[in-house]
Amino acid sequence: MTIGIEHYVIVSSILFVLGVLGIFLNRKNVIVILMAIELILLAVNINLVAFSAFLHDLTGQIFAMFVLTVAAGEAAIGLAILVTYFRDRGTIAVDDVNRMKG
Amino acid sequence: MVTVLAFYLFATLTIVAGAFTITSRNPVHSVLWLIVAFFNAAGLMVLLGAEFIAMLLVIVYVGAVAVLFLFVVMMLDIDFAELRAGFIKNFPLGLLLAGVLLAEITLGLGAVGAGGITLGTADGTAPIVASQSNTEAIGMLLYGKYLFLFEVAGVILLVAMVGAIVLTHRKRSGVRSQNVARQNARRPDEATVNMSPDVGKGVEL
Repeated sequence: MTIGIEHYVIVSSILFVLGVLGIFLNRKNVIVILMAIELILLAVNINLVAFSAFLHDLTGQIFAMFVLTVAAGEAAIGLAILVTYFRDRGTIAVDDVNRMKG
Repeated sequence: MVTVLAFYLFATLTIVAGAFTITSRNPVHSVLWLIVAFFNAAGLMVLLGAEFIAMLLVIVYVGAVAVLFLFVVMMLDIDFAELRAGFIKNFPLGLLLAGVLLAEITLGLGAVGAGGITLGTADGTAPIVASQSNTEAIGMLLYGKYLFLFEVAGVILLVAMVGAIVLTHRKRSGVRSQNVARQNARRPDEATVNMSPDVGKGVEL
């Protein structure tokens, strides 16, 4: 029995779906939403690295690094917005963020 | 055999930790489970022979992002019980959506497995050479062919850093901080006074 690419794709798709489920379950708690987004990006990274390894092409791993960069930047900015929002409102419940009605 | 066992260990732990991340009552536990998930995903990548990305995952996520999350979760004084109010209410809809997504992905996998879609092959621009270590090969590629993209990634990180500082920085009143310009503008004649006071009397400043 050997581990093929489909095993990795299945793991990453389950992780992706867990991330999406996390966004829906924790609609109010923006911190957990950010963590769910990190899970989604992790699933993407597993996919990229798995295909890179099985196709014998390093480009996927390079791209995974760029995904990592963007994920780190996104976490920093998201948490900074969160801290500012908390200072302003005293809560982080995001389901009533409707100040900017547009 | 060891590879298969290791794969199933890492895969199971990654998925279980991911599930606990999104269902934990306490966000601090969520962050800790997220660390477990990332660590085991790094293990999966080691199995694939991508050691560099695996170590990067551990360093960047466990070392920086998870600590940042932990810091924010613990710094903000939040009533987490109130935030969980919609958890049960959103559960059926979320589960339904997750089920639909998983079914779609499974359908796609089935289509590929049935041979309906050709995956294509690598174009050979960046082949994995057996004599080169993973880190060495990535370094050659990153500082060669993808140098421009690498620098753009650096700029993205710089912008993220500046943005985070600008967003969270605030001017606080009542702080006695050093004013270099005022210090430099100070001249001797406004700082010292020459007086000849009477004997036995004080000086009024």
